[in-house]
Amino acid sequence: MRIKLTVNGEEREAEAADHESLLTVLRESLGLPGSKNACEQGECGSCSVLMDGDLVCACLVLGAAAAGRSVETVESFSDGETLHPVQRAFVDAGAVQCGFCTPGLVVATYALLKRNPEPSDKEVREALSGNICRCTGYGKILEAVERASAAMYRR
Amino acid sequence: MSTALPRTKVRGGVGESVERPDGVPKVKGEFQYGSDLRREGMLFGATLRSPHPHARILSIDVAAAKKMSGVKSVITSAELPTRDLFGLMKLDQPVLATGRVRYVGEPVAIVAAETAEEARLATRAIAVRYELLAPITDPVASLQPDAASLHQKGNVIEDVLVEHGDPDATAEVVVAGEYELGMQDQAALGPEAGLAIPRQDGGVELHIATQWLHEDLRQIAPCLGLPESKVHLVLAGVGGAFGAREDVTLQIHTCLLALATRRPVRMTYGREESFYGHVHRHPAKLWYMHGAKKNGDLVFVRATVVLDGGAYASSSPAVVANAACFGAGPYRVPNARIHAVGAYTNNPPTGAMRGFGAVQSCFAYEAQMDKLAVALGIDPVVLRERNALRNGDRIITSQPVEGSAPVADIVRRCADIAMPDGDIPSDPISLPGGLGNLTRGEGVRRGVGFAAGLKNVCYSHGFDDFSTARVRLSRDTRGPIVHVHTAAAEVGQGIVSVCAQIARTELGVERVEVDRPDTTIGSAGSSSASRQTWMTGGAVLAACREVKAELLARARKAGRSPDDLTALLDEPIDRTVTHRHRDTEPRDPNTQNQGHVAFLFAAHRAVVDVDVDTGLVKVVQVATAQDVGKAINPVAVVGQIEGGIAQGLGLAVMEEVQLRDGHVRNASFTDYLLPTTLDMPPVVAVLIEHPHPDAPYGAKGVGEPPTISSTPAIVAAIRAATGRELNRVPVSPDDIVFGAPYRSGWRIAPGDDPRRAVRA
Amino acid sequence: MSVHIARNLDDALEDLSGRADATILAGGTDLLVEINFGRQRPSHIIPIDRVEELKDLSRNGHVRMGALITYTRMLENDVGSPALVEAARTIGSPQIRNVATIGGNLGTCSPAGDTLPVLAALEATVVLKSKRGERRVAFADFMTGPKKSVRRPDEVIVAAEWDDAGVAQTYMFAATRNAMAISISGLALVIDRARRRVGVGLGSCGPTIIRASEAERFATGLLDEAGWEKPHRPSDAAAKKFGELAAAAAKPIDDVRGTVAYRRHVLAVMGTRALARVAAIP
Ligand SMILES: Cc1cc2nc3c(=O)[nH]c(=O)nc-3n(C[C@H](O)[C@H](O)[C@H](O)COP(=O)(O)OP(=O)(O)OC[C@H]3O[C@@H](n4cnc5c(N)ncnc54)[C@H](O)[C@@H]3O)c2cc1C
Ligand code: FES
Ligand code: FES
Repeated sequence: MRIKLTVNGEEREAEAADHESLLTVLRESLGLPGSKNACEQGECGSCSVLMDGDLVCACLVLGAAAAGRSVETVESFSDGETLHPVQRAFVDAGAVQCGFCTPGLVVATYALLKRNPEPSDKEVREALSGNICRCTGYGKILEAVERASAAMYRR
Repeated sequence: MSTALPRTKVRGGVGESVERPDGVPKVKGEFQYGSDLRREGMLFGATLRSPHPHARILSIDVAAAKKMSGVKSVITSAELPTRDLFGLMKLDQPVLATGRVRYVGEPVAIVAAETAEEARLATRAIAVRYELLAPITDPVASLQPDAASLHQKGNVIEDVLVEHGDPDATAEVVVAGEYELGMQDQAALGPEAGLAIPRQDGGVELHIATQWLHEDLRQIAPCLGLPESKVHLVLAGVGGAFGAREDVTLQIHTCLLALATRRPVRMTYGREESFYGHVHRHPAKLWYMHGAKKNGDLVFVRATVVLDGGAYASSSPAVVANAACFGAGPYRVPNARIHAVGAYTNNPPTGAMRGFGAVQSCFAYEAQMDKLAVALGIDPVVLRERNALRNGDRIITSQPVEGSAPVADIVRRCADIAMPDGDIPSDPISLPGGLGNLTRGEGVRRGVGFAAGLKNVCYSHGFDDFSTARVRLSRDTRGPIVHVHTAAAEVGQGIVSVCAQIARTELGVERVEVDRPDTTIGSAGSSSASRQTWMTGGAVLAACREVKAELLARARKAGRSPDDLTALLDEPIDRTVTHRHRDTEPRDPNTQNQGHVAFLFAAHRAVVDVDVDTGLVKVVQVATAQDVGKAINPVAVVGQIEGGIAQGLGLAVMEEVQLRDGHVRNASFTDYLLPTTLDMPPVVAVLIEHPHPDAPYGAKGVGEPPTISSTPAIVAAIRAATGRELNRVPVSPDDIVFGAPYRSGWRIAPGDDPRRAVRA
Repeated sequence: MSVHIARNLDDALEDLSGRADATILAGGTDLLVEINFGRQRPSHIIPIDRVEELKDLSRNGHVRMGALITYTRMLENDVGSPALVEAARTIGSPQIRNVATIGGNLGTCSPAGDTLPVLAALEATVVLKSKRGERRVAFADFMTGPKKSVRRPDEVIVAAEWDDAGVAQTYMFAATRNAMAISISGLALVIDRARRRVGVGLGSCGPTIIRASEAERFATGLLDEAGWEKPHRPSDAAAKKFGELAAAAAKPIDDVRGTVAYRRHVLAVMGTRALARVAAIP
């Protein structure tokens, strides 16, 4: 099935087999492999994207049903060479190891800070509990969120 | 190797927390992992796996599958180019099941098709007739003389006996116990993935997420019927490894399909398949007895350890050896007998996972140390300090601990870390049960537990362990630049940063590029055994020093300052060096030898809140002191420590591949639970830097110790809060609520041969 | 397989009525897992996530919650049931809660569905609609087994409704992980002071959600004695007895998440704590 949707601000058309998730459509048809596939069951958050502004797991959105939606992926965050403050914070805090969880966490962190610019430790932990990281033990990720919040909202 | 740092003028050298060279592509989503690879005209591979733990294959009918739309190739055992077996340490595993399947998930056939869905549907259309055989799923039963043989040479994969001092020594105070560890999964977030591209010369190029390119090559080429020169491996981005990528999974299959179809083929496992596709941590059953003098001095340790190797050997021999060699812990133990055996069963195969054998025995011996502390009336920290290995002391293999052995220091410094705020919180989200809203403090008790552990770094027992590095210093329009090329697999641990930092420090050049690892250069060995900093770091250091020597020679000849790089680099300087650690001795019958290169130590203190009524746990804090020799990249060292502790926490309270009659009951992230942000507590880490004279700048490996003693520390804390015995991990809510200790169903005197076990 | 995105409720009902093989897709958090893992390949899918009629929430002594209300909306709005909000908070992660719906929880009808014990305790009604008309089914009659309900293939779940029962209610569940966990067992308790009614719903401990009627009767007796209008501190013995009665109603099995013994035990603990907590709420 051919679908039209807005991806990272651009009108795109894609071929979506009827059973395929938005994640598969992004990765395999639209040339946007930044969103990762680690479980395909909503348990890890590696595939997090914004759909009409809401944080969702792209693996749980039916591609064909995303027609007409506006989707933002991790690929839209940086402005050329200039990283988004959330991305910068992840690099600076040492929150990236293998990096497989990172794109999802960048998007999830952005979504959190947009809603709650200066979250408490507890709020961050609750908000990111759907993003599994197997490498870092989360310490540096929490630090990255703190740094991103400071860079974006506290001056 | 000198541990001294040259004076550097550049940023980003050894000892600084540096930005990872792959950090920016990773946060942008541009870093290419195995599963992101694509090629024009690429096909997709899929695998048909055995649904039975043990069965004879009567027939395989692929006719229907071959006729399906999009299908380009179907391969079963009958179509394989060779009958060669593969395996890390024993060649015991067929590329596709041949006549018999030995575990649920064993590959039986592979398919390449135009789309992933077509490939998947085709595997379903393959009709396999099986004759079911009785599975053996208890490793102790598998070792008994009456057990059916699962492999030609019987069911013992490896048998390691360590006998030290007087193994039958007696003592004034004796404690004993039986322990078990369930099967843990590495659960690297990036599932297995690779892309094979056929080459003009009849060979194949494989882009693969792996821990050791050259070892893959050694196993793949013969199974393809090709010389190694025709198989070229390139490292694809690796989404975590933790041991699961030491073994061959889809490598040979992907190449076979590419060679058969003359088209590029990508294979990617989904999460469920990943659980079947790679080896797991060995489940273990352990029987321990410790003896001590009344003053607290350890007199003996006796133990029997049975590791479930599953259907194929993988790295079981080395895991068994580790469980035995480190079975007495980081303590002075004059007398010991440890008998460790790895058994074949019809469970999924097990192999490497972070901590590699040391994890299993540490859980048991640290529980024993606590029991001993109670029996002796001595504080558990004091008991550990008292018995701590000191420089020159021998571990139970008779090997002296040399270079750096600050065990007492580690134990004390860990114990001295400030405790968390003493109040039990009232918000459910900070309490056991978390978002389940179970308690606002009702039933909650706090407990503190302590544990220490040790493990080797690098490969042991006479293995020819080496790494090769090429360092090229040249100049371009922007000035001098260093290229570092090795085959070391970056799996997330940060070896790319370490290589760059060493080159900067040694050569005083800030611009360093670490080239993509492949098999055009010599092996770097595996990204495992906490060894890459020591080995590949060592190789890069040595190559840099040769480059530097040439630079100095040129400077002398030209009568210039060696800092005048522009003038000296008309010709690049290019050096390739292979670095070996000092020789280790092979094992002998009693394992009394110098089998290891050096030892790593860490201690952990855990504070937990337990809801004793619901049996749920919230870890409040983990404090740790670890001897890292030298922290080359401190932020990454802390990252390894925190990440390793998270995996230790997982094993302590939630992570288990649940097996029933050889079937995995929870092959998904819904029911294989990994710690989330609400499970992982803050970590307070003290890095101790006792440089090891043989390591680059004294830097020992850091990856594994955090996983080894964090688990027993957390369980000790739960015991302290609940008074329960808790002799099995992961600790389940049932264990806390009902308190029934785990029983193996076998009786065996600790230290005895498990083949003489009797049913209890 | 085909996909028809429903523009409005009539469109969905029309499409559904024509074909027995159609599957409704709401937030997709259950259905997509089935599809991704190849366990289901529906031949026709009707995404209803744009059907505005199903997103209404009204509250005026009586709550009507449209089937497309997501857990995030439950957390952000006053939805007229604190227990439902607590249940919503336990479900998945923000990513899941942003799209997953109460209609989907009812549609899947898993014994582990976290809103379901609350709906049982609230004595909620499920409103179903097809081209043939609307019918209202008490939740107790709606769920007939694990992932089985009386919904007919051509029906859309349009809403859940219940009488506003006040604020004396709670939901709790036990799971080995502190977030992102499916419950080993869950319990909802509602004390409707105005109607002098106690509701207890148990999850993940039987083929359906179970009403613990003995426990309900026992608590009703306690409150009859103590007075419904004011906060009450049950004695430890009474709270314990209530917990035991709640647990006794369960029909648990052993599975990968928990054992029979633990489920019974933890239900008793939850019952005890829930009563102490909720009876004290005015
Ligand atoms: C990671 C993860 C964690 C989860 N955690 C929890 C949890 O803790 N607790 C819990 O209860 N659930 C949990 N779930 C399950 C799921 O999120 C819930 O059941 C959710 O309510 C389903 O809603 P949905 O809108 O996504 O349903 P969908 O997947 O869209 O649909 C589910 C089923 O209901 C049918 N359906 C949906 N809407 C209607 C309707 N209006 N009329 C008729 N039929 C309909 C569909 O046909 C389908 O069969 C989890 C899921 C995931 C992926
Ligand atoms: S891949 Fe979507 S949540 Fe894991
Ligand atoms: S960095 Fe590897 S999973 Fe998070």
